[in-house]
Amino acid sequence: MAWLVLFFLLPLLFVGIASFMTRGAGGQPIQPWTLEHYQRTFDVFGPVIWRTLGFAALTTALCLLVGYPTAMYIASRQRPAVRLVLLFLVLLPFWTNFLVRTYALITIVQREGLLNEWLVRLGIVQDPVQMLFTPTAVILGLVYGYLPFMVLPIYAAVERLDRRYVEAAYDLGANDWRAFWQVIWPLTLPGVVAGSMLVFIPAIGAFVTPDLMGGTGGLMIGNLVQSQFRGRGNVPLGSAISMVLLVIVFVGVLVYARWGERSDP
Amino acid sequence: MTRAALGHEPAREGVPEDRRAALRRDLAGRRLGRVLGWAVPLVALAFLWLPIAVLVGFSFNDAASVSTWRGFSLRWYENVFSSLAGDGSRFQTDLLLRSVVNSLWVAGVSTVVATTLGTMFALAVTRGRFPGRRLFDALFYLPVVIPDITMGVSLAVFFRIVFEAWQQWTGVRLVSGFGTIIIAHVAFNVAYVAIVVRARLATMDPSLEEAARDLGANDWQAFWRITFPILFPGVLAGALLAFTLSLDDFVITFFTSGVGTTTLPLFVYGLLKQRVPPEINAVSTLMILASIVLVGLSLVLQRRGARRDEA
Repeated sequence: MAWLVLFFLLPLLFVGIASFMTRGAGGQPIQPWTLEHYQRTFDVFGPVIWRTLGFAALTTALCLLVGYPTAMYIASRQRPAVRLVLLFLVLLPFWTNFLVRTYALITIVQREGLLNEWLVRLGIVQDPVQMLFTPTAVILGLVYGYLPFMVLPIYAAVERLDRRYVEAAYDLGANDWRAFWQVIWPLTLPGVVAGSMLVFIPAIGAFVTPDLMGGTGGLMIGNLVQSQFRGRGNVPLGSAISMVLLVIVFVGVLVYARWGERSDP
Repeated sequence: MTRAALGHEPAREGVPEDRRAALRRDLAGRRLGRVLGWAVPLVALAFLWLPIAVLVGFSFNDAASVSTWRGFSLRWYENVFSSLAGDGSRFQTDLLLRSVVNSLWVAGVSTVVATTLGTMFALAVTRGRFPGRRLFDALFYLPVVIPDITMGVSLAVFFRIVFEAWQQWTGVRLVSGFGTIIIAHVAFNVAYVAIVVRARLATMDPSLEEAARDLGANDWQAFWRITFPILFPGVLAGALLAFTLSLDDFVITFFTSGVGTTTLPLFVYGLLKQRVPPEINAVSTLMILASIVLVGLSLVLQRRGARRDEA
């Protein structure tokens, strides 16, 4: 317990304190107290914060759109062995180093990459399209990185689902549409909420993906924080930005805690 | 006005027109649903696997390209392994190997420490009766939800301040290195281990331990003979998770590392940030292979644990 207090809570407290201090000559925090870093965070970096929220929301939505049918498909296979293999196929990329996976995706979407090669060869575009270092690439990278986080909790929820409820809905005259929206969806909602949180939170704090795949238009909060710590940097400003990030994540967790409670049957 | 009423379509007996339209919609919807039902998962799996397949495939490409195939070759693997023998090829395998060794060191030490501490924490929180237990309970989940970058930055600031204070006090200058990386890894791994072990602890029947005590075992014996063997699969799962997270971590290590303590993810990041060497596909393929072996091994271990449970 002491370990967590010493090396987790105390460092957080230090960052909180540093965020209210003035930047010294070497980038270090010094007295007196000031609010200028928070002001600067919102004034100058406001657009980046909104962009980060947008990227994270879009990533979550895309993961849900792709992840839900995938989880549904896997969970509805009859043979347990097939389910296991499919689940393994979703999980294994997740066990591969994140940097390696990001690099793999870069090789596909880069200017000299396979995707452009085929787009040109099939005559869909005349010249290679710049896809890497755009916001699209960042979102693609985030979806690629976090999709398994969405599939797993939804799979667990579908697996737990009592099929008799669905059958009862059909017996009572519901069509596919109504059976899904009035029975299956509400019963799997806890999985959806959990998956969305598992995607949204790391996406908000993403650093590697925008760093390697985004250009200046794809910068996220994580990159801002990191750049304040490079070289001499500006520790108080970096601290203030990471405090803002922390607050956003906590708000997300609180919403989840409230919502998760309500959607639990 | 419906088409039947306009006389374009003869109204069939017994089934009202609006109902038939609904049925038609249903049928179309069902067909669409069925196609999407397998098409989307297929696209998802292709999306997850295609980049990896391309990466592995082109690691055998004779050309240094990741889009044009120029014939099968093992030259990149040869480069990786031959500079191992010290023939001075461009690719710095010695650095790669050193980073692998560094990673294994960090992961090994931090796993042992985090598993020990995490198990103790789990036991204390579940069994102990002390004020503020619920608060400590919440403390477990914090490192899990907090963004990596916030944790990395906070540790960087923390070590900076502590080191400065230490220098003023004792005159000895400390620097970031293995010590700081391991402390950081333990800090996030402790929480994961504690959560996994607690889940196991929750399913344990407390009467088993009571029975041991009734039969004359002291606390020490009851723990090592009864509680620990039952807890062991959870402890093992926690340790495996800690080891994997530690091996994979980039962001937190990035902020707490020093000179000469490059771990494997840091090394790969360095390669990607500079001019990407063509050997990187071969290196990545080897890393993917290693992680498949690791996952397989952990599955086998877990199977064994499960089988012992049933016995």
